[in-house]
Order: sequence, then C-alpha cells, then structure tokens
Amino acid sequence: MSFSSLFLSPRGGVSPWWLRAFWMALVLSMTALLCVLVMGGTMGVTRAGWDSVWKFRGVFWSGWLLTILISLLSLVFSCLIGLAVALARRSRLLPLRSAAMLYVEVIRGTPLLAQILFLFYVVANAVGLQERLVAGVLILSLFSGAYLAEMIRSGIESVPESQLESAKAIGFSIVQTYRFVIAPQALRQILPPLAGQFASLIKDSSLLSIIGIGEFTLAAQQVNSATYRTLECYLPLAVGYLALTLPISLLSRVLEKQLRYET
Amino acid sequence: MKLEALDITKVFGSGSQKRRVLDSLTLRVDFPHVLALLGPSGGGKSTLLRVIAGLETPEEGTVSLDGIRMPSEERSLRNYRSSLGVVFQSFNLFPHMTALRNTELPLTAVHGLDAATARKRALGIMERLGLADHAGKMPAQLSGGQRQRVAIARALASQPRFLLFDEPTSALDPEMTAEVLALIAELREFGTPMLLVTHEMGFARKVADQVAFLAGGRVLEQAEASDFFANPRTEEARRFLAKVLAY
Repeated sequence: MSFSSLFLSPRGGVSPWWLRAFWMALVLSMTALLCVLVMGGTMGVTRAGWDSVWKFRGVFWSGWLLTILISLLSLVFSCLIGLAVALARRSRLLPLRSAAMLYVEVIRGTPLLAQILFLFYVVANAVGLQERLVAGVLILSLFSGAYLAEMIRSGIESVPESQLESAKAIGFSIVQTYRFVIAPQALRQILPPLAGQFASLIKDSSLLSIIGIGEFTLAAQQVNSATYRTLECYLPLAVGYLALTLPISLLSRVLEKQLRYET
Repeated sequence: MKLEALDITKVFGSGSQKRRVLDSLTLRVDFPHVLALLGPSGGGKSTLLRVIAGLETPEEGTVSLDGIRMPSEERSLRNYRSSLGVVFQSFNLFPHMTALRNTELPLTAVHGLDAATARKRALGIMERLGLADHAGKMPAQLSGGQRQRVAIARALASQPRFLLFDEPTSALDPEMTAEVLALIAELREFGTPMLLVTHEMGFARKVADQVAFLAGGRVLEQAEASDFFANPRTEEARRFLAKVLAY
C-alpha cells in the first residue's frame, strides 16, 4: 500500500473499511477537540455546569420522547395525506387535480415556520382548536404530506407504461393494477427518499417549540433559561436529534444498496 | 371463430399533428389457425391489434367476435380483454414477481380460480413450455427468450379465446428470436387461434394460414398465406415483399 493511498480513495473503487473508519474517527476527534477548545474556553465548561443541567434530565427525556411521538404520528398522517394527494394529482377530475396542485405548491413554497405561525395563530384559533399537540401534529403532517405526495407521485410515474399496458391486457381493474403492479414497484423506488423525509420530519418538529409544544428543543431552551448554561443544554440537544436521524440515514443507505442489487 | 372489424378509424394526436393510423379499415376473418398482419411500419398493424385486444378505443367502427360486439363499458371491456391473451413486443412481465407468480396471478385475481387450482394450471403450462426449472426465478434472472416464454405461458394459462402477438421478437437477438418463433409454431398444438403482427417474413410464410396486408391504415389485401407470398395482387404488397425479401 503506497503512502498516497492512505489519503486518497482509489479511482473507481473503495478504500479498506479500517482506513475509512480511521479517518472518520480522526475527523470526529479533531472536531470534538475544536469544540472543546473554542466553546470550553469562552463559556467555561465546569463540572458544576453539567451537574446543574443533569438535574433537569427528566425535562430532556420527556421532551425527547415527545419529539419521537410527534414525529411518528406526523409520519403516519403525512403518509395518508401524501398518498391521497398523489392520487388526487393523477385524478381525471380536474377540480381535484387543481386543489392537490395548489396544496403542494403553497406548502412547498412557504417556510415551515411561517406555516406553523399562520396555521396555529390564525387557522387553529379560528376553528377553536386549542390543543397545541394536536395542532402541531396536524401542521407537521400537512407540511410533510406535500413533499411525500410529490415523492409518491414520482414513484407511481416511474412505473413504465408497458407495465400498465400489461395489467390492462390481463384484465386487472384499476385497484388491482395499483395493488399488484404499481404499488410494489413504486414503493421500491421511493423507499430511500421516504426514509430521508422521515429524518427531515424529526428535525423539522423542533420548530414546533415556537408555539410552546414541550418537545425536545423547547425542553432544552427551558433548561437553558433555568440554569443559564448553553453548551451543556444545546450539545445534548444536537446529540439527541442525531441519535434519531443517524439510524434512519443508515437504514436508507442500506435500502438504496439493496435496491441496486435487485434490479 | 369469426372476427369482424368494421369501418375502424383511429386517430392519434390532435390539431395539425393529427394522424389517421387506421382509416375506415375493415377486416373480416373466419378465424384460421394463424392470421398474420403484415405491412410496412406505420401502416397500422400494431394499432389494429391493440384495437382488437380492447386496449385502444377507435374513434369509429366496431369489433365483434362471433357476432358479439366488443363492449364499450369499462367493466365488460375488462372481461373482454381478460378473455384474450396478449403477448407484447417488449418484456411486459412484472419484474417484482417470480415467473410462476406472473403466470398464476391473473388466474386468481381476474379469473376467480382458487390458489391451488391456479398454481396447478400455471405449473402445467410452464412445464409444457419448458419452463419447469424457471418457475421460481425472477424475470431479471431469465434470458430474453425465456421471459417471452413466460409471457406466452401467462397469456395461455387463462385459456384465452385467441392469442395476439404484437411483434413478439422485435426486442430479441437472432438466436432468441429463432427460439421464440419455434415456440409460437409449436403453439399450434394448443389449438388456440393466433393473430400475430410480425416483421419476420420467413416465419409468417411458414406459420401463418392467412395473411392480411395493411398499409396506410387499410387492409389492402387478404389472402391465404401461400397465395399472398407467391402471388401478391396489389402493387403495394408486391413492392413491400420485394423490399423485405430482397435480403
């Protein structure tokens, strides 16, 4: 093994796993060292600082669990919304198609934060929806549903015309065509981006702190205002999100690899 | 069996792009064993096959089988389609199912057979077509010729009134083409009438009983295959045969 191959990935190939692991470990520890040097120096990380935050570990814990709950519920609802809207966009009924298109464009064209503020303080208020958690899950589902709708639609459209022709010739009904032909093939196509969307959903749920839902981010902010500790509050916050999103990111990579071998 | 296509007009595109692919076409066949649709590209052969299969609705005209008109209402049209077997030019097998599943699914989902009967029938057909060892394979694991065999097995399993082949070998290399053509010739044993659109003149000559020659969206000539090849009556057919048989 030459000296340069310790640094360079071979053209059109991969370096051995231990070399990649070594570099990952090195980069990680350098980053950690940098963090400690920069932030530890200015903000004075002390044993006492961590101790004062540790007392509020229950707040972190319940916030983290609430984030998971919100994400899971929103995932389910956004999948339902996404599926319905994707089908609506393919519908022959023009008003339905226009409505679906408007929904997707409005949601994708505005920031989530603006949607949260508008839907919670204006719409939810107007219809008398007081329950923050319910409103939060609905808003997040509406937001994510628009993106899922586009993914599902592209998945459906990725199924070749010849497959639909074949299904038609066999005598499948529309429902059977979706069930036996379109759904299994589309699902394969969109599984990796779907996993990515779920990771986004988890991260985006942090914005719900703005309307006072006691999820993970708000929990960290509350502990911060009680202890005046920043690093000790916000480092666990970042790590807590990574603990949720990294496994999903890994999963989507595995899925992608599997799909490549199967086709 | 009697097939009648009367005054069929099919237009593709709109505005200035409008093209009459079938132009008041009429075809009456007392179905022989094998009818070949021949003619130049763009002459309307495949479109006619798709109209007869119930996959394409013509702007004008009617198709009837044994004097019964092809229905236009979606549900009955679905029944009509499922009573025929279509084999397409490209590989239209479902890539996420094994060869066996591809063959038996229409039997349970469309023809209402129970799972055990469907499997037995699918396996029986596959065995007759030399696919016994490949039943458990996915389409991607099969060669082009084998895939086309599975497609034929799938079409035959539902015991169709007749089989329609839309250029069944145009996506295959010469060796596999020969293999699939040999199989289609063997299908005579099954007794199912066949309608085929093909570019393989040698094959059509050998296998077809009757020939319909299409050009410009019309049937210009319809004859016994031996007559047609020996003695084409229209100028267009003569020119066409001279061109394709030149090499």
